[in-house]
Amino acid sequence: MSQLIIGIIVIAGIGALLALLLELAGTFIADYGLCRLNINNKKDLEVEGGNPLLFSLAEQGIFIPSACGGKGTCAYCKIKVQEGGGPVLPTETPYLSTQELEDNVRLSCQIKVRNDMAIEIPEEFFLIQEFTVRVKNIKNLTHQVKGLSLEILSPKEGISFKPGQYIQLEVPKFKLSKEPEFRAFSMANPPQEPLNIELFVGRVSKGIVSTYLHDYLKEGEDIKVRGSFGEFFYRDSNRDILMIATGTGLAPIMSILRYIHSENIQRKTTLFFGTRRKEDLFCFDELKGLEKHLNDFKFIPILSREPEDSSWEGKRGRVTALIENTIKERADIDVYICGSADMVESCLERLINKGIPEGQIYYDKFT
Amino acid sequence: MEQIHPLTLLFAAIFTNNILLTNFLGLCPFLSMSKGKKSALGMGAAVVFVMASTTALNNLVHYKILIPLGLEHFRYIVFIVVIAAFVQLVEMTVERFFPPLYYSLGVFLPLITVNCAIFGASLFMIIREYNFVQSLAYGAGSGIGWMLAILTISAIREKLQKSSKLPRGLEGPAITLIITGLLALAFLAFSGMIRVQ
Repeated sequence: MSQLIIGIIVIAGIGALLALLLELAGTFIADYGLCRLNINNKKDLEVEGGNPLLFSLAEQGIFIPSACGGKGTCAYCKIKVQEGGGPVLPTETPYLSTQELEDNVRLSCQIKVRNDMAIEIPEEFFLIQEFTVRVKNIKNLTHQVKGLSLEILSPKEGISFKPGQYIQLEVPKFKLSKEPEFRAFSMANPPQEPLNIELFVGRVSKGIVSTYLHDYLKEGEDIKVRGSFGEFFYRDSNRDILMIATGTGLAPIMSILRYIHSENIQRKTTLFFGTRRKEDLFCFDELKGLEKHLNDFKFIPILSREPEDSSWEGKRGRVTALIENTIKERADIDVYICGSADMVESCLERLINKGIPEGQIYYDKFT
Repeated sequence: MEQIHPLTLLFAAIFTNNILLTNFLGLCPFLSMSKGKKSALGMGAAVVFVMASTTALNNLVHYKILIPLGLEHFRYIVFIVVIAAFVQLVEMTVERFFPPLYYSLGVFLPLITVNCAIFGASLFMIIREYNFVQSLAYGAGSGIGWMLAILTISAIREKLQKSSKLPRGLEGPAITLIITGLLALAFLAFSGMIRVQ
């Protein structure tokens, strides 16, 4: 018996001693003091050293786009670090082209602030703000997708964004996470409603953020979002429009369609919307309604896994097959694609084969 | 038992009883980091350092703390905790005070905490009843042996990448394992020269 007690005490003692040692090392050794960040040669910021640049900047109210939340997988957080960044890390090299390496472009989530740095941040990033929003309404769009309506409480002016852009949503610490987590979601509403944000959230099995939004989030709760971000947005031209979306990739497309509707834009528009089965389709009635209200809009839903013998009378198969079969070779068309990375890649290839210039194809890969 | 000279042990751990090629320990980082000579060298150097110091450290912990208290059966858990804490401490220190070293070597340190070769060396050291100096020699030797193996493989893999077309099913880890097997056979010729246990 005494053996057992001694054992427990000694093991706990060794563990505690080592933990204490690490804690002390954390405060004394990993203490980098205050570091000065020079931004665009214009202003200086003082930040606590030792943290990744992305988070240090966010603390100062400068929000660099990031979809993965600092995990080093999305490569959206690239900025130029002219001084004090240290050598390029093995975790960055896969995402940086030769040109970018020459220009001192770095992933701001991977490099830590250890000393004074000089960095360059594009001016538009300063427009990115943090908003406090209240969850107004949570709707089941399908059994896998929820629609969130958020109302902006502050700042009072609301958010300005281009149709197709996204925000980052902060999920507070809860059972599945050790710290607040960020993920990107595209707005589904048009920018004419600056106090509203509408998002489509798909369920990801074991996903921290989607689990929170699906199972824990309550109506009336206040959360934080940052925005707006993204290069995927509606561009003006006289050409026809082809839109391709799968799953929750419909969100930015919906925003663009609603914008086209409310601005009364007269461009011939076609939407391919792919899901697995009939019960996975959402916004179906609204899209059908837009066919009547818009000048020249065609909505083509397509199901990839609908059983042969069901009552579905529409198209079956994948959106890529639709491109092959229904799009003629032409150059006078703008294409907007949003959905999984694989889908976007294979669509891109087929569209370019059809002779559509690459510069007229806009896409957003959801991960 | 006759005491083996530490230098003999160092030599043995590198060549005749190479921890990777005879015991096949530490395979995961071996497979993933052996794509290029540069990263193999960094990883190898980190392993040499960590293995030598943790084996010696665990020797002290085992004979000065666990044995007097009659707690040898706890050595698994204690060794793992000691290795993890030590590696983290070293990483913090290197990151703070030796940035150039951190960039070339430090990024590999967290990977080593869970390297079974490191833990294996500590356990062999106990089973074979090495004293402190022998442990240090054995740890360093095993580390150097591991580095030798990963450097060899990475050089072969780099050559292979440039010169030959492999069937798809053989690419990557598959061919690496086959080559490692052949290399192990070659190293088998050394075995029996020195008895380490």
